Amino acid sequence: MHADPAGVLTGAHFIDGDHACCEGALAAECRFVAGYPITPSTEVVERIALRFPEVGGVFIQMEDELASSIAIAGAVWGGKRAMTVTSGPGFSLMMEHLGFAVMTETPCVFVNVQRGGPSTGLPTLPAQADMMQARWGSHGDYEIIAVSPNSPQECFDLTIKAFNLAEQYRTPALVMMDECVGHMMERVVIPKPEEIEIYPRRWTNAPLDEYLPFAPEQDMVPAMARAGQGYRFHMTGLTHNEKGYPDMTVAGQARLLGRLVDKIKKNALALTDVVADQVEGAEAVVISYGITSRVAQKAVMAMRAKGRRIGSLRLRTVWPFPEHVIRDLAKTVKALVVPELNLGQMVREVERCAQGTRVVSVPHAGGTVHDPAVIVQAITEALR
Amino acid sequence: MSIENPVERYLRIDRMPHIWCPGCGIGTTVNCFTRAIDESGIPMDRLAVVSGIGCTGRVAGYMHVDSFHTTHGRAIPFATGLKLAAPDMKVVVYSGDGDLFAIGGNHFIHAARRNLDMTVICVNNLTYGMTGGQLTPTTPEEAIASTTPYGNYEHPFNLPYLAESCGAVYVARWTTYHVTQMKKSMKEALQKKGFSFVEILSPCPTLYGRRNRIGDSLDEMKTYKERSQIKNGADTKDVDIGMAGPIVVGKFVDRERTTYQDAMEAFYARKLGDRYARASR
Repeated sequence: MHADPAGVLTGAHFIDGDHACCEGALAAECRFVAGYPITPSTEVVERIALRFPEVGGVFIQMEDELASSIAIAGAVWGGKRAMTVTSGPGFSLMMEHLGFAVMTETPCVFVNVQRGGPSTGLPTLPAQADMMQARWGSHGDYEIIAVSPNSPQECFDLTIKAFNLAEQYRTPALVMMDECVGHMMERVVIPKPEEIEIYPRRWTNAPLDEYLPFAPEQDMVPAMARAGQGYRFHMTGLTHNEKGYPDMTVAGQARLLGRLVDKIKKNALALTDVVADQVEGAEAVVISYGITSRVAQKAVMAMRAKGRRIGSLRLRTVWPFPEHVIRDLAKTVKALVVPELNLGQMVREVERCAQGTRVVSVPHAGGTVHDPAVIVQAITEALR
Repeated sequence: MSIENPVERYLRIDRMPHIWCPGCGIGTTVNCFTRAIDESGIPMDRLAVVSGIGCTGRVAGYMHVDSFHTTHGRAIPFATGLKLAAPDMKVVVYSGDGDLFAIGGNHFIHAARRNLDMTVICVNNLTYGMTGGQLTPTTPEEAIASTTPYGNYEHPFNLPYLAESCGAVYVARWTTYHVTQMKKSMKEALQKKGFSFVEILSPCPTLYGRRNRIGDSLDEMKTYKERSQIKNGADTKDVDIGMAGPIVVGKFVDRERTTYQDAMEAFYARKLGDRYARASR
């Protein structure tokens, strides 16, 4: 299905990534946002607050991030597409409800405009240091979907993608932005509504007395009902059976968690979204995501200018991790170089998949982006 | 000839028996609640029950309506999202004193302040039941809990006073001894537009009653009968609950305030005129 014209601001705009994220959510038919102000994500909800009254959306500034992150779940079960927006410390507070949304198969979007941490850290400055929290921050076993835009245009595009994936897999999806793309102003082209594909919610059409809210369809994902349709369903964060009733047994846990993990894990290939640039025949490949990919590109170009065959692999989907891509790449290159605005997070995943190929981490504690010369230096040393 | 229990159609009979202890008062509150729904005229398909965690948190799972068993303390913000997304639903939050007023206290005060159109029913057994009888924000001074083995020296919340001062439009308190009044208050709360609050004192013979040597459930009910004083319209400042002395029950507050939703609609209609698009499902 295509986007509702009411929410689509078709045309070319000079806006920052936070505002582009807001427009992406609107185009994706998000009509409920709950949030709590925190730098550097606040501009997303400020624009939502301005735009929503004109498109039939409801924005509520909740009392904290805990409330925001579960209010969106309530809104989803009430029939809306919903999103919450935050940065570092707020993301930490939302972790319980990230897990709740996974367990209850509530499609929704969490946006994290990352800043430096831990704790209050660097409120106004960039980092990419919540990447592992995104993957492992909630308790228990789960799989997650996360995208990482590297421009305001991608803040728009990938926010729509996050909504679509959330609906397709009935799971929370994360938009892992960073302060740089959040506050960077660039040209953002918003297509016509009919050019924007929207994955429709998987509403059930089962007869009222036959509906099982957590019975998977062939692709492991159950169809949804919303409150008020007469299904009188139950949903719980407890381990549950297909009826939605608690089933706290060893077998029940294995069955439910197995499916929740598999519906994403077994679709890892379909979920892979990477941008490969001259990786075939490359001596080394720089693997990056988000704002760091733009700095890394400068380093790659500098090395190519010196005659070196250096490839670049940019992750637009960071979770599930594109294991098969990295495994294949590791067989053909001398080294994989991983710059990121943290002290080494996604590089662990690269190492896991590298199977003996040299992996070089290029850490940066955050606050600013890498000096491209540092990445050049790292590539040079990796090839020695 | 089989005779159907009058509350059966409101419950998930396929989930019976429930998990509550013998003598627990939560079942009594649910019984009254079903009768309140019945008399309120609210269609079952338009009613949603949202619970948090703990013994009372299990109520949602036994109600044959759209029901949501959420996270500890966060039933109210979940209900907020649900209500704002589906304004035609009657949303009831049904949870315990620990869930609503310790971990969830901040959400309660803000929902009351906003005057969100929802009903909150608090089953107050003065303790955390499911985790083993620890102190809650309502445990009376001197009472023994598993985390106050020498007795409680904290000042407890007076819930009706808290609810009224934060902006609730309907506030009542009963005990599980007062089934008729409880049902009536629940019905009034369901029919009230805005943030309505009903507190029900309920026995927990397994933990609170045993530790504080109140006796079994029947003894706890006798205590309620003897200590309760019905004072409709009482000043909520004066309805604290101690280990001894009166337990003041009744309907304390019934007033009008603009709800969050009505305020939002009216405000945007005034500010934006034709540009305002009302939320629709």
